[in-house]
This record gives sequence, C-alpha cells and structure tokens, in this order.
Amino acid sequence: MGKIKYHILVCVGTACQTAKSEEILKNFKELIKVKGLETEVQAIQTGCFGFCENGPIVKMMPDNTFYTKVTPEDCSEIIDEHIINGKKVDRLLYVSPETKESIGDSRHKGFHKKQIRIALRNCGFINPENIDEYIARYGYQALGKVLTELTPEATIEIIKKSGLRGRGGGGFPTGLKWEITRAVTSDKKYVVCNADEGDPGAFMDRSVLEGDPHTVLEAMAINGYCTGADQGVIYIRAEYPLAVERLKIAMKQAREYGLLGKDILGTGFNFDIEIRYGAGAFVCGEETALIHSMEGLRGEPTVKPPFPSESGFFGKPTNVNNVETYANIPPIIMKGSDWFSAIGTEKSKGTKVFALAGKINNVGLIEVPMGITLREVIYEIGGGIRNGRKFKAAQTGGPSGGMLTEKHLDTPIDYDNLIAAGSMMGSGGMIVMDEDDCMVGMAKFYLEFTVEESCGKCSPCRIGNKRLFETLEKITQGHAIAEDLDKLRNLSNVIKDTSLCGLGQTSPNPVLSSMDNFYHEYLEHVHNKKCRAGNCKSLMQYLIIAENCIGCTLCARNCPVDAIAGERKQAHLIDQEKCIKCGACMEKCKFNAIFIN
Amino acid sequence: MEMVKLTIDGKPVEVEKDTTILKAARIIGIDIPTLCYFQLKDLDIENRPGGCRICVVEVSGRRNLAPACCTNVTQGMVVNTHSIRVLNARRTVLELILSDHPAECLTCAKSGNCELQTMAQQLGVREIPFQGEQSKYRKDTSPAIIRDVDKCIMCRRCEMMCNDVQTVGALSAVNRGFMAVVATAFEMNLEKSPCTYCGQCVSVCPTGALTEVDHSRNVINALADPAKTVVVQTAPAVRAALGEEFGLAPGALVTGKMVAALRRLGFNYVFDTDFAADLTIMEEGSELLDRLTRYLKGDKEVKLPILTSCCPGWVNFFEHNFPDLMDVPSTAKSPQQMFGPIAKEYFGKKLGIDRKNMIVVSIMPCLAKKYECQRDEFKVNGDPDVNFSLSTRELAHLIKLANIDFNSLPDEDFDNPLGASTGAAVIFGNTGGVIEAACRTAYELYTGKKLEKVEFNELRGLENIRHATLDFNGLPINIGIAHGLGNARKLLEDVQAGKSQFHAIEIMACPGGCIGGGGQPFHHGDSDVIKKRAAALYREDDGKPIRKSHENPFIIELYKEFLGKPLSEKSHHLLHTHYFDKSAGTFVEE
Amino acid sequence: MKSAYHRLYKIFTITHIMEKIKSLSDLKMLQESLSAKINLREKINNSDALIQVKVAMATCGIASGAREVMEVFIEEFTKRNIDAVVTQTGCMGYCYAEPTVEITMPGVEPITFGYVDIKKASKIIDKYILNNELVDGIIPVNYETIDVQ
Repeated sequence: MGKIKYHILVCVGTACQTAKSEEILKNFKELIKVKGLETEVQAIQTGCFGFCENGPIVKMMPDNTFYTKVTPEDCSEIIDEHIINGKKVDRLLYVSPETKESIGDSRHKGFHKKQIRIALRNCGFINPENIDEYIARYGYQALGKVLTELTPEATIEIIKKSGLRGRGGGGFPTGLKWEITRAVTSDKKYVVCNADEGDPGAFMDRSVLEGDPHTVLEAMAINGYCTGADQGVIYIRAEYPLAVERLKIAMKQAREYGLLGKDILGTGFNFDIEIRYGAGAFVCGEETALIHSMEGLRGEPTVKPPFPSESGFFGKPTNVNNVETYANIPPIIMKGSDWFSAIGTEKSKGTKVFALAGKINNVGLIEVPMGITLREVIYEIGGGIRNGRKFKAAQTGGPSGGMLTEKHLDTPIDYDNLIAAGSMMGSGGMIVMDEDDCMVGMAKFYLEFTVEESCGKCSPCRIGNKRLFETLEKITQGHAIAEDLDKLRNLSNVIKDTSLCGLGQTSPNPVLSSMDNFYHEYLEHVHNKKCRAGNCKSLMQYLIIAENCIGCTLCARNCPVDAIAGERKQAHLIDQEKCIKCGACMEKCKFNAIFIN
Repeated sequence: MEMVKLTIDGKPVEVEKDTTILKAARIIGIDIPTLCYFQLKDLDIENRPGGCRICVVEVSGRRNLAPACCTNVTQGMVVNTHSIRVLNARRTVLELILSDHPAECLTCAKSGNCELQTMAQQLGVREIPFQGEQSKYRKDTSPAIIRDVDKCIMCRRCEMMCNDVQTVGALSAVNRGFMAVVATAFEMNLEKSPCTYCGQCVSVCPTGALTEVDHSRNVINALADPAKTVVVQTAPAVRAALGEEFGLAPGALVTGKMVAALRRLGFNYVFDTDFAADLTIMEEGSELLDRLTRYLKGDKEVKLPILTSCCPGWVNFFEHNFPDLMDVPSTAKSPQQMFGPIAKEYFGKKLGIDRKNMIVVSIMPCLAKKYECQRDEFKVNGDPDVNFSLSTRELAHLIKLANIDFNSLPDEDFDNPLGASTGAAVIFGNTGGVIEAACRTAYELYTGKKLEKVEFNELRGLENIRHATLDFNGLPINIGIAHGLGNARKLLEDVQAGKSQFHAIEIMACPGGCIGGGGQPFHHGDSDVIKKRAAALYREDDGKPIRKSHENPFIIELYKEFLGKPLSEKSHHLLHTHYFDKSAGTFVEE
Repeated sequence: MKSAYHRLYKIFTITHIMEKIKSLSDLKMLQESLSAKINLREKINNSDALIQVKVAMATCGIASGAREVMEVFIEEFTKRNIDAVVTQTGCMGYCYAEPTVEITMPGVEPITFGYVDIKKASKIIDKYILNNELVDGIIPVNYETIDVQ
C-alpha cells in the first residue's frame, strides 16, 4: 500500500461551513474516488484557520498552498490542475491587499494572522523543563544584552518607549513603574512577580509559567538590574502545583548555568529569586494585599500611597509586575521598542492574552494584538457562538469588568476603549454569552464571587457587595420592586466611590454595565416577573397541558418533591408552591404534555 | 518643615507636609466624622486602617472619594467635606454598617457610650434601607471580657491594641468578606487564648462588641443579704475618673463623694485599696532591698532586676509569654489581693466575722482584676479572698441605679483601719507610681536617712519606656519603667538576654497605668483625659499628710499586731504568691 | 536503531554537564550550538531527521489525559521500533480540543491534532506517522509566533 502523497485540508469552521465547505469536502472526496486517486490523495476536514473573511479555505499539503474563497465548483479544477498537473490555481490564491501580490504559501508573511504570540511565543513550542530549549530560542540573551551593553536607565527607556502597560488589569505603564522604583534610594529592593491569577476562568499566567517559566525569570532579573534590586519573589497561588514545579526546575537550571545567582554572565550583577505561596484569595492580586500576604500577614490591602515602589515588601521599595507583563520584556529588549510599539493602538501597545470562554466554539487561550475587534475574536478566532446561537454579550475584566454588547462588536479592544465601554481590560478573562444567558443572573454570578472574595476590611465592600448580591437575588426570584433598581444603582455607585482597594472599586461594574446595556431585562424581572433567557428558576413555571396529558403518572412518580398530583388516566397538575423546577417531569413525559412558562 | 497649602470647604489652610486631610480640617475647626479612626495622641497610639470609609471626602481631580484619615494633603488640594456626593456616600456607608448590626440599642451595655449610635444620630439616619442577612457569631464569655462580635464593625481598634500596643496577639481579623470579623485564633474562647484581660480592647471598642463581665448584680444581692458583712475597697485610679461618669471634668478628684456614695449603697465598711498599696510597698520594697543587699554581697543566685507584680494583666502576660522568667518578678500579691486576706483573716477575725459571711468587693479601673480575684490560689476552701471586682464604670452604674445624686454628696472619709493610706499609695494608679512609692520607702530603709524631697520627677511622665538612676547614698539604683505590654516585652527581652542594666522595673499593662485601665470611663481617644487623671493622683499625693508607706500608722500597727515584719512567715502566707506557666496549652481546645 | 527510551532520556535531561555561562558571548555560542542541533534534527533531507511528537502538558492538558497519551506514544514507538522524539511542552491554547499533540514528520510542516485520547494516539501512529494519512481533529495553526532575534 503506497503512502498518501497529497492532503487536501478543508476548513469546516463555522464561517466556512456556512459558505458550503461541507459540500466542498464532499466534492473532493467524490472526485478522488472517481479519478482513482484514493491511494495518493486524501481530503480531510480541519478546524478554523482564523482567516474566515476569505473562506472557505482549502489548504494543500505538503506544499502548503492556501486557496481562499473556494466554491464547490472549484474542486475539480483544484484536483486537475494542482494535483494532476502540478500547477497552482492562481485565481484562488490569496491576494495581499497591500502588495497586490498573490501568495501561494501559507507560511508567507503576507498572511496577517489574527493572533500574534509574543508572551506565549514559547508556550506549546519548547519543553519548559529544559533550559537548553529556551536558550536555543535566544533565551537569556535579553538579560545578557542589558547587563553587558545597556545601562539601567537606557533599558528603562526602551520599556517606556515600547508603551508596554501592566497586563494584570490596571494598565499602568511598566517602564514608568520601574523608573519610580529605581528613583527610590534604599539599601534593599525587591522585584515581585504577581502570579496570583484569580479571575474566574482565567489562566493566562498559569499557561506562561507552565509553558515558558524562564521568560519570567529572565524578565525579573532584567527588572532587578533596572530598579536596583538583587532579590526577586514570585507570589504564586498554591493551586498551581505544576507551575510551581516547573518554576523550581527552571530556577535550579538557571542557577546551574549561573543565569541566576552571583556575578551573572560575569558582569558582577547578582540576582536570585524565591517563591512565596498564596492560598488563592482573589484580593491578594491587589499589590498591597499581595505584599502583606508574602510577609505572612492577613492578605488585605492598605491605603495607597505609600505605593509598593516606595514602601513594599518588608517596608522596602518593591516593584510588582504581573506574569504576562514580564513575558513581554525579553522580546522588547531583543527586538526594540519600535518593533513592539508598531503593534497595537495609539495608547495600548503590543498584544494581550485572553482566556476565551463561555458560549463559544473554540474555547481557549489566544494572544491578539491590541486593537483587534470583539467580532474578530469571537467569530474568526473563537469560531463563533456555539450551536449557532446569537451573540448577546462578552464579559471582560472578570468580576471587575463589564459587558460588551453587540454595539461594541467593532470597537477596537484596548485599555481605554474598554473603560469607555463600561468594562476594563482586566487580566484577560473573556466570557462570551448568548441569548440563553440572563444578564441579571450574570451580574449575580459575579457578585457572588466578589462577596466570597472580599477581604472584609472596608465596610462598602464587605457589606455593600453582600447587599448588592441580595438585591440581585431578590430580582431573579421575582420579589423585587421598582425602588430596588434605584437602590441597586445608588449602592453600586457608592461602593465604587468609597471602597478601599481595586476589588471594591470595581466589583459593582457587572451590575452597572448590565443595567446600562440590558435595563429592559431588569425591568422584565421586576415588573413582569419574567426572565427572557429562562435562566431564573424562580420565575419559571412547569405546566401540564391537560389536553396532552393521558394520566400515565410517570411524571408524578419521578417528581422528587411530590409536587404533581392527579388520578390515573386523568390530566395531572403541578403544585407551583412545591415545585423546585428540576425539570425531571418534563424529561420523563412521553406526550409533550409539560412545558415551561 | 515643608508646608502645604490647601483649601477645605472653601477655607484656606496651611499645614505641615505629611498631614492628613482629617488633621488639617480639624485645625480649621472642620470635624470630619470618623468611626474606625482612633488616636491616643500623647501615647503614640493610632489606628487608621482606612476601613470604615465614613470619613470620605471629595478631592478635586480625584476619581473616587478619599478617606480623610489616611490621605495626606498635597499642594493646592481642594477638598470638599460635605458635598452631596460625600453626604450620600457617607450616609449609605453608615446605613450599610447598620444593616449588619443588631438593633439592640435598648438593651446594649454600650448604649449611650456607643460611637456607632452617636454617628447614626449625627448623620440623621432614620431608616435602614438595606435589609438582608446579618453576620452571626458565637458569643464568648470569659472571666473578664464578653465578646459579642455580632456587634463588631471591623474598625480593628481592638486588634491594633491587642497586637501593636500590647503585643498579646489574642485578637485578629478572621474569615473573609461578609463574615470577616475580629476574633481569636480558630475562634476559640478568649479564655483559651493568650488574652491577659488587660481590657484595652474593651476600652477602645466603639460599639458593644467587647464589654466587661458585669458583676454588679452579684454585689446588689450581697448588699441585700443581712447575713453578710460587705466590705468594699477602692483602687487609687478610680477616684480620679469616676466623676467623668457624672459629667464632671476629667481629672476631678471625687474621693470623698465616692466614699459617701459607697456608704449610701449599703456597704458596711468602706475601705481603701490604697491601704493595701502601702502594705505592698512594705513587702515589695523589702524584697527589693533583700535582693539588692544579697546581690551587693556577691550572691550570684539572686535575681535582678526585680519586677513589680501588682498589675494582674502584666502577671498574665509573663505567665503566657515569659514562663522562663517566673522567678524574676516580686512574689508580692497585688494590692487587691493583699486586701482580701487582711480583710477576712485580720479585720474580720477581729470583729468575729466568719470569712464565709464576709463579702469583699473591689472597685477597680481594671478588667484583669475580675480574673485575678477568681484565681484558685486566691481562695480558701473555695471562698475567694476578694469576692467581686467591679469596674469604675460598673460602680457609676450602681450609683445611678440607687438614685444617688452623686454630685451633691458630701465628702466623707474612709473607715478605719483599712481605709487609711499615704500619698505613696495613691500614685500607684499612675505609670511610674509604684516604683516611686517603693523608692520613697526603700531609700529610707536602705540609707537610714530621711528623704527630704519625696517626688521623683524623673520617674513620672508618659514616655513608653523610661529609665532613671537614683542615688541611694552613693549607691546608684537603676530603675526602668514600662507601661503598655508591648513596651514591657522590650524590657523583658533584655532581661531574658541578660542585657538588662536595671535593678528594678515597674510594669503596668495599660498605657498610662491604671488611670488608663480597661475598666475606666471611656476616654474615646482623648489622651488629655488620661493626662488629667494622672495629674489628679499626683495632686492627691501632694495633699496627703503622710507620703511614705512605711509611715502609715495603721500599717505599722498591722505589723505589730498581726504580721510581725515584712517577709515574715505570715506575710509569705497571706501576702505573697507564685506564678504558673501558661505558655503551653494556650491553643488546645477543650 | 537506538531505542526510543534512550532518545527520550536524552531529551528530558540536559545532556551535557551544566557549566556556568561566563559571558554574553558564551551564551550566544551555546545558543548557536543548541539551535544547530535542533535544526539538524528537523532538516528535511537529513537522514538522521526524526519524527517529533510534542504533547501539550499544561495543567489543562494533563487533566484531559495528556500524560496517558504521551505514555502511549512512548510505548508504541518502543514496541514498533520507531525512531522518534517525544517531548512535553506547554499550553498550545486549544482548550476546547485537549489533549493536543503536534507531530512533525521530517520535511513536513508540523500538524497539530486535537482531541487525542489513547485510541486516537494509536490511530495517529498507524495512519499518519506510518502511512501519511491524516486523521480527523486537525487544528490549523492560526497564529503567528514572533522570532525573538
């Protein structure tokens, strides 16, 4: 049996599928059979190429030819010309809009991919437990470069010019932060890596630490050189055992090579790193709370100023940056600030890693340039909404953020636009919701999280969020009155205005943003006792259609709370007081006699 | 000093750099309301976690409201302390706090003294718009302090006192979010914790979350029992503070009115703990001289410095924290506990009263005294030497309960013999007072010369740790003084390390000494109150005809008639004690 | 033919004595020699070129069974005497399709397969590695990775 020589890869992602890619695949398969090429040519479906506006996409292997906007009618020409005659079908090749040149090879630079991996450049590429693979990818050369060729000031200047901003959520300019820490005089300084990732459903930092631990170590050493610190501390949650393990291996290997420790690369620069564990409190992502936790104290924030850059870990100047921020440092040093600042928007440079989740087909980790639109993220990278449902909203910034809606689909995503849209960048969680998601319920979900994660130090956050949650619960249970909506808004504003730290200052955002964008849903819950998404169980009623019910008693026998009564062979009735809305009756009914109101 | 100019509510003000908005506003007479913020200025005690958010103000150009208590002024700052936005936020925050607070004002021990109640009044809260769950915790009653933390508002003052000032570490914030509260480790009973019952947490708590165990009902019952002879003793610091409870200015001395009130309450004998304080000096001063002479003779076994032992909070502290130093403090009992056996075994026997029929009540500025009088070693066949210890506040309450118009009472004298005292005894209530009293006696006993100037000004004041070298006829005596257990810890650690240069150290658990005790009328963070009480006691000393303990004629008679001499066998039996290692088992649950 | 285990051993551990890197130029020299070795392994017409299998082994991958999948590849290669290198790597980002495995046949662009369970792993060996026949679950690389240099 001879080996297959050609592969025809047909994209069956959502967008291409709508453009008849399944028919294309079918045509190819038939043609291969008809022409007797089965032993040499194979047609197969693949996932999305992320190039949807030019779909359907067909890729030929092994020569990597990339055909765009293919129709079912093009199949025989591709077989005849490309496979039998060995000639590319020029008219189906992608034409670069800039150079007007036809691009035949999928590896060509002209294919602007929606995703650019800077922070994730080594993730899924190198073996994270082998420092040699990192070094082979020019690892530690950025550190070598700054130690041998650049002054701390010049290095900070590069970071400042690059426009890199903190990836932990706040978006503070990284270079400026370094400069401030450098300017403080002290006998001891620290650099800290904030790896206390806590947004529900977000795991950007974990992936970097697990996939490329050395980049964090290297960047921390560069930070130490710039700020005048000789000690680094990684604050990582204990729930990340694999990340901890790989960090430890990486630190050991780096020390053996002398890339951490005394006299690094013969330059006289000393720097070493230790790990401190967090117990997984969301508030410990706030830098003052993080520092208190590292000191062994209760993880709660203190009023800033003083900022950690003046008085941080054990009262010493401390520069705190997030994992993803660090992962951007070595490439910026190696490739220069101009390269980095060419990516992104005017005030938000580079890329951002997002953990794409929710009602989306391709749930996963993506790294996209700042300025990409939500539409591109959802439909081209994320492969669209699951089950062909309609997009309703996307939550960015986790429990601190807000909802982006249809009207924001074409807004370029960057720090400032997200804030203007009532949300925030956050650390990179992005949860996509469809028409089956209740927006009041979503706000309640996030508030439940905040109530749990508030440290309890300041009254508005400790009690206010609890009261917000309780009011939302009242609404979703159908017990609220119109006045509650005003209270909800006023309380949200006061909590934002008076809370001590970022947690409380942002926790009402999901409420405010859902009220701004979906006020009609709130009104429906309050006035009509109705949840259009059908999420709020208290507002649902399971009812039996008397005409359809034959009185088989199956529903009554399966009801866990004996809420269904009725004689045999007669229509049954559900006691709404007793019903817990589990849906068991509807599932069991064979006569479509039960429906949800 | 760099000065900063700013405007608050339209008024220009110039203050030193690093001043907070709160302090800057107070300079120009604008009193921004606060709740968690707390300060005892002259004692270097400050609590400003920025937690309650009542003191928020609007600062032009700032995104959110700023907490005035922990935001420093900046050049050109424009502050508005009562804009609509501020007033709405401040009231909403208070309503939130109240929504998680039991509405028990009618029966709350703190009612009338509660800062949360005052704040609700001040801000005109008429309803609580937020209904919802209230955080509920277990009520914890210890021998001296009740924790009803349903009423805790997380101001963290008690935590600051317990950890930063006292370094006791019994209380800290536990739990997260809505259930966050100040509690003991693992929410164990306070009795199982390293708590010393110093009561400083109670004295700073703005609400009724921390209060003393009230024994006044037991005292009322005893007074009503015709079979009992009820004897009362009053600690020095009480007379300098009791008047505050009746609207008198801090520092008013109400010794005579207090005696009159006690008599009207029905106590059979109104005696003075000051008498026992003079007795303490005789015993403790003799012990100091004994150790000193043996030391000077070259005895290497002798333990120096000697530490005073009249403060029960302090005794609890070293039993918990320095069990290895238990042979360093004086073995002399505290004045309260010296009084008990003298009353029951000497005075009572003289009158033919069986000790079971005698009830000894003490009026103390202190909560640890409540625990002290319950200690097993201070009981004879289960009968305590001192039956009940009431705080100054409880006494005030008793007087009000008995419809006594305190301010119009005549001044009356204590009963004899256990009511007579010297000026040396009354200054026991001030930090440095015990050691000053001891030095007055020790000097004369050691040198055999008359002490011309009895005031040792170098031992007075409110500095955290003080030291002085006194000239005992050519022999330099090094004295150390600490008030507040955190300061005590520093001196103790020196002793532990063998670095201490002192011959004698006086330690009082409460900042300021007993005048700042946990059982005193609430000072609400005004350190002037404490200073005025201290001055009052020195005034009382100044006006006493006899100012040295060993010259108290009733003390002389007591030794002649009953005890023999200081440190005699009888003295040891009745007036001295021993200590227990409490370091282990602190964290063991029952 | 050397055993796969032997190959694995080589790739999992650092194969040379780790000496301190004393300068930036030493680091650059080390980089060159390391990447030359890797290039050699990947060179199209090199007879020594090996089949490379990378298994995404971040927490999410491991939770979905990546470790077992990796073991299957190792065992099968040993059993069938296939000269290949199996390594672990970090997250590839395709959470919806874990476990994910990237296969590089000599001279061919790497192909990433998603939803690789134990069965699928054997199927990939049978069909793709031995017969160049693709199996379902291909995830096209839809991102561009920057080159640090």
